[in-house]
Amino acid sequence: MPEAPSDPVAERFRRIAARPVVLDVRALGMSFRGAGGKTVQALHDVSFQVRRREFLTVVGASGCGKSTLVRILAGLAHHTAGEVLLDGRPVTGPGPDRGMVFQGYTLFPWLTVVRNVMFGLEMGDMGRDQARSEALLWLDLVGLASKAEAWPHQLSGGQRQRVAIARALAARPRILLMDEPFGALDPQTRATLQEHLLQIWQQVDVTVVFITHDIDEAVWLADRVLVLQPPDQDHPGGWLAEAVEVPLPVPRTRAMHDLPAYRAVRERIERLIRPPRPPAAERLPVFKMTAAGDEVL
Amino acid sequence: MVRSAWRVGGDPPARLSGVLWLGAFLLPLAAWCALSYLPWLWHPQVLIAEPGDSSFSAGMRIERAAFAAAVAEAARQGQRPPQGGRVNPVFLPAPHEVARALWTGFTTPPLRRGDPWLHQSLGHSITVIAWGFLISALVGVPLGVLCGSVPALSRLVEPFVDFIRYMPAPAFGALCVAVLGINDAPKVAIIVVGTFFQMVLVVANTTRQLDRGLVEAAQTLGASDKRLLTRVIVPGILPNLYTDMRILLGWAWTYLIVAELIGASSGISWYINQQGKYRAYDNVFAGIILIGLIGLVTDLVLGWIGRFLFPWSGQQVSRASALAFAAVTLPLRLPWLLLRLARRYDPKAARPQEPDHA
Ligand SMILES: Nc1ncnc2c1ncn2[C@@H]1O[C@H](COP(=O)(O)OP(=O)(O)OP(=O)(O)O)[C@@H](O)[C@H]1O
Ligand SMILES: [Mg+2]
Repeated sequence: MPEAPSDPVAERFRRIAARPVVLDVRALGMSFRGAGGKTVQALHDVSFQVRRREFLTVVGASGCGKSTLVRILAGLAHHTAGEVLLDGRPVTGPGPDRGMVFQGYTLFPWLTVVRNVMFGLEMGDMGRDQARSEALLWLDLVGLASKAEAWPHQLSGGQRQRVAIARALAARPRILLMDEPFGALDPQTRATLQEHLLQIWQQVDVTVVFITHDIDEAVWLADRVLVLQPPDQDHPGGWLAEAVEVPLPVPRTRAMHDLPAYRAVRERIERLIRPPRPPAAERLPVFKMTAAGDEVL
Repeated sequence: MVRSAWRVGGDPPARLSGVLWLGAFLLPLAAWCALSYLPWLWHPQVLIAEPGDSSFSAGMRIERAAFAAAVAEAARQGQRPPQGGRVNPVFLPAPHEVARALWTGFTTPPLRRGDPWLHQSLGHSITVIAWGFLISALVGVPLGVLCGSVPALSRLVEPFVDFIRYMPAPAFGALCVAVLGINDAPKVAIIVVGTFFQMVLVVANTTRQLDRGLVEAAQTLGASDKRLLTRVIVPGILPNLYTDMRILLGWAWTYLIVAELIGASSGISWYINQQGKYRAYDNVFAGIILIGLIGLVTDLVLGWIGRFLFPWSGQQVSRASALAFAAVTLPLRLPWLLLRLARRYDPKAARPQEPDHA
């Protein structure tokens, strides 16, 4: 049964599918050489493609290789198998074509906010004055133009991450990599920044790969969610279990959390990451913390 | 409040901190005063004022037991007993004597003609330290930063540096004199040998402690290795580097004592030795205290300057301090300020191009 051409979600996915591939990850594998010559395989046979201006999120349990994956994409770590192609050219090291926002705060503390945003522009050999006026535009985009002359230590955690986003975008990367950028923030700030990020993405022609362990965050932000799984009997390293398309219209609103389509996707991912376990059959013994005679039933 | 200040990790209020700072100096001084001015505390000797019929002579210092024995002996023989008062040994002068020596050290000419005055000795020492430390830092800091940033270089350089570090600097004394003659060159060389190798290791370590996230962030923004060094690593470690230098400067003074004993004698430690030979222990103390004072004042001044050098580290600076600093450094900053003003009136800089931002 052909879908109605007026369905905006299906239409959107058709448009994305017609766009060129920006990032092509082929059979990627990565092993760490650990202590005593033992190797730890972090990733096993991971393949996916990201198309131009797509918003891709990667979820998975802790330790399944999400950070390793994004560090390889950024060129900060080297894969041991497969290949990573950006616009058809293999990735060999870090470069300004892949911007990165880290979980920790990585603003340069010795530079004011605007100088931080200017950093990438100056690395691209842009003159001071031009870099400055351009940096101010980016700060305006993340709503922090008023903090241009502040020091990073004078900003809140959420503001720092917004500046970090502006700094990464100012270098005009082809792709923006984000490794749990809102992981250290409280839920309210986090929600605000999620909305803010989508708003920025609407205004800027950039492809996003966003790592998170929060399923809600992954589904709400993304066009497509990659689910990474930890190693098991069949897979020696973290592996790609599924790529789930999120059938929600853009721009997203908070109210979409209640749509059946949202909940269906969310549940499916939840079941992949945390398969339901039968409840424990018997009551476990309770470890006593108090003196005898002080028990509760 | 007072209790929590003395707990592990306690936070003494600013007022108390000031009092503690003063106490750090006043307590030892009080102990010294007590030892010097309370005659029943210690004072193990007797200064003979009047020998009587004993074999002592006026001005001798006698152990108290021997003096008591002589007094008892005189009483038994019906002779005039020796008289005197309890004193400390000659090597522990009283605070006021040392204070006087500090004053007279600068105002009286040296005992032998041709010997340097105290301030000349002091000036000489400071010159030697300054040259030694400067040469050390000019090579040691860049090498340390490079070792801390480039692991391969660290593997190549640091084992040998570590090896030499364990050789005591004084061991190089004879060698330095043989190679560099007997004037100031071997003294400067001893300071360099004493501080350079430590400096390379300390700076390399400080460099390695820079947050890797900052370096990686810069790499993803397109920074080349050269720019990583000049724009990220060096500014990033600057506050810690500054502290390292303050500590290493203290070590330089330790090696000075050795340096001034080789070749032609000179400088403050030579002065101290010379006064020791004359048994002028008040002057000896004065010399030692002078070294301490110079070190303390240098460190306080450097610490004070440090608070202004790194405004981004979030240290609180009082308004009065900030004004004082601005006034003191105005001559240094004037050319820079003028340059900035000139740039502002540059017609090209005044109208930046509109970026073609999407
Ligand atoms: N430098 C390293 N040396 C050895 N093993 C490593 C190293 N870094 C990561 N690993 C291992 O690789 C695996 C994946 O780590 P990674 O940091 O990518 O996980 P993650 O999915 O980002 O986890 P989290 O959600 O907790 O951040 C883990 O088993 C980890 O122990
Ligand atoms: Mg991680």
